Amino acid sequence: MKKNIALIGNPNSGKTTLFNALTGGSQRVGNWPGVTVEKKEGKLRQARDVTVTDLPGVYSLSPYSPEEEVSRRFLVEGSADAVINVVDATNLERNLILTLQLLEMGIPVTVALNMSDVVERRGDTVDEKKLSERLGCPVIRVSALKREGLENLAATVLEQASYGTRIPKKFFKCELSKAISEISGMLEGHIGDDLLYWYSIKVMEHDPHVPEALPSPVLERALETVRRTEDSLGDDGEAIIASARYEVVDSLVRGIYQKSEKGGKSVTDRIDEVVTNRWLAIPIFAAVMFLVYYLSITSVGGYMTDWVNETVFEENVLPRTADWLAGMGVEDWLVSLIVNGIITGVGAVLGFLPQLLVLFLLLALLEDSGYMARIAFVMDRILRRFGLSGKSFIPIIVGTGCAVPGIMASRTIEDERDRKITAMTTSFMPCSAKLPVIALISGALFGGSAWIAVSVYFIGVFSILVSGVILKKIRGAFGKASPFVMELPDYHVPSARNVVLSMGDRSWHFVKKAGTIIVLASGLIWLLTSYDWSLNPVGAESSMLASIGNALSPAFSPLGWGDWRAVVGTLSGLVAKENILSTFGILFGMEAVAEDGAEIWTYMATIMSPLAGFSFLLFNMLCAPCFAAIGAMRRELGSWKETALAVGYQCAFAYVVALAVYQFGLAIQGTPSFWLIPAALLVIGTGYLFFRNPGEPEDEVPAEAA
Amino acid sequence: MRTLKDVEEGERVKVISVSGDRILKRRLMDMGILKGCEIEVLKAAPLGDPVELLVRGYRLTLRKKDAESVGVEPL
Repeated sequence: MKKNIALIGNPNSGKTTLFNALTGGSQRVGNWPGVTVEKKEGKLRQARDVTVTDLPGVYSLSPYSPEEEVSRRFLVEGSADAVINVVDATNLERNLILTLQLLEMGIPVTVALNMSDVVERRGDTVDEKKLSERLGCPVIRVSALKREGLENLAATVLEQASYGTRIPKKFFKCELSKAISEISGMLEGHIGDDLLYWYSIKVMEHDPHVPEALPSPVLERALETVRRTEDSLGDDGEAIIASARYEVVDSLVRGIYQKSEKGGKSVTDRIDEVVTNRWLAIPIFAAVMFLVYYLSITSVGGYMTDWVNETVFEENVLPRTADWLAGMGVEDWLVSLIVNGIITGVGAVLGFLPQLLVLFLLLALLEDSGYMARIAFVMDRILRRFGLSGKSFIPIIVGTGCAVPGIMASRTIEDERDRKITAMTTSFMPCSAKLPVIALISGALFGGSAWIAVSVYFIGVFSILVSGVILKKIRGAFGKASPFVMELPDYHVPSARNVVLSMGDRSWHFVKKAGTIIVLASGLIWLLTSYDWSLNPVGAESSMLASIGNALSPAFSPLGWGDWRAVVGTLSGLVAKENILSTFGILFGMEAVAEDGAEIWTYMATIMSPLAGFSFLLFNMLCAPCFAAIGAMRRELGSWKETALAVGYQCAFAYVVALAVYQFGLAIQGTPSFWLIPAALLVIGTGYLFFRNPGEPEDEVPAEAA
Repeated sequence: MRTLKDVEEGERVKVISVSGDRILKRRLMDMGILKGCEIEVLKAAPLGDPVELLVRGYRLTLRKKDAESVGVEPL
């Protein structure tokens, strides 16, 4: 029989571990339509024709967060024949709040009572038989980590799935129960019997999705009952229901959960005394960040990435394929397409993989152990006024090595808007591919001054913070903010299986989603640099790219570098920022260019002044990042529209900064140009976007910021 | 009225009201912060905000700005 089972539970309830244990390696990862919430599906090990859908970890089925909406819609639409509800036995009360909401829907629920071994180790006991009687649904004791009780769980849920009818369980009492039945009576005929009870509760809660489902006269009449009940119970409907659920849960667990009298400090308390300690927390965080950066960017990940890029691709795959194809008599243009277009593009994608694998491994360890939540707790204060989360530190720091893993690291941020703004601003940090460009400008125009590099880092941080404020004030764009009400879970030893699966999923997703755009874009740039408009193979200096650069150059004159070669260099930086140097090399007629571009320093000085060079550098640091980073952004933003907006914003921001620096610089040198006026206006406009009050309470910058 | 924001570290209090905008209020209630429940303030983050609470046997963290929505009285 083909059946669909949904897996649902609170975050940190061991849901992912249970999903991995139930489905083995058979999972597919994707996104829920329209949102950047991860969707995982797998086949049940015990019955291959049964699909298990892992719903996002939620505490409730309220209509306010994308995770909750996705789960709710899936269950209401009847996409699941039965539900496994993972319940953390160490935190029974709060977990059962979700269980009640599932039972209200009438879907067959099987409770998987997880971590009951932990409860017993504490000397406490849970009576799952009594719990099952009181809930009116099967309760199966499992240990997701030790893979115990899984056969029993699978057999029970399959039996439940074969029933096929929805019988809502009614837990509420007295006046509330009467009011809900009254509402049900009014809704009858407008809502299917299956969901009648559930919708009646939603009417009571003033749920924003109810008006879509009901004719307004019916709803109006039902709301009269709601108002009467609210008056009599002295609270609003949503609060009445929420309190009633906790009352139900309190009576459900009474006598079921026995706490031993031992008390004392738990392991988590002892770890937190150090890890979130007033004096030690930030040094420990800095050390962890250093380790993440060091392992993924500098050492392990970095060496492997260099090895893939240089040894595998540049020294072996590329020349050998070229020789081999030429030896077979393949036409030159086709060899060039295959080698310089396609394989180079694929190599660019694979080159990032080692860094990403190491990074994702470390992130999974931080998440699974419980430390990631502490990072948000410890660092929240610093970044939140800039539209970022405490967890945004990780992307930004990793981004100074490479923006691609940096952007991908934003995945660990739960809040949709924080996550998107982090993904959009991470590439403002100078990554390692931008260092040669910094060396070029500083060497050619500033006598090698280290101040250039320092100032670029400062401007990178400044740009992230300013953009965070600007972007979070754009109403409706880049997701909704949700309140920061976060559980600090108990620490536990990460499960090797979870960590490895998470690393594999995320890396594979990068290859699929970001890989496509990188290969296509690299191919396009190859075409533009190797051909002229009549598709004759030519050198870069007379290619299509060169004429595009020429056409665009007037737009960059106000920034001080209207020379077409500077524009072409900028365009070629879209493939990889370090390409800017080799492109200049070609355009100035050089064979090869060293890491810091020393050969072309004298030429650079002929096409731009130091001030213009600094403006050129800033523009290239801040504008659209390389295609790989754009691909990673596409992955995190979830749509092409938002990706285009993000890249547009980055380019516009870069333009304003470069224009302002150049024009104000000219004015300070005593040679102001006409463009000083537009530059000043644009700076004022940016200031307005930064300081304006969009009039939405959740969006205001806290007053104490000043 | 005294709010959760003003509670000292280590102090236990009883919730007497939950206000604030709808999304925040619902979220607080879903996490178990309801009229009548007991909360212990465990500590503040190293930079003074957010705060860590013990609610119904588990640890929860809130920003002080949001903690202002929770009215409390001493136990």
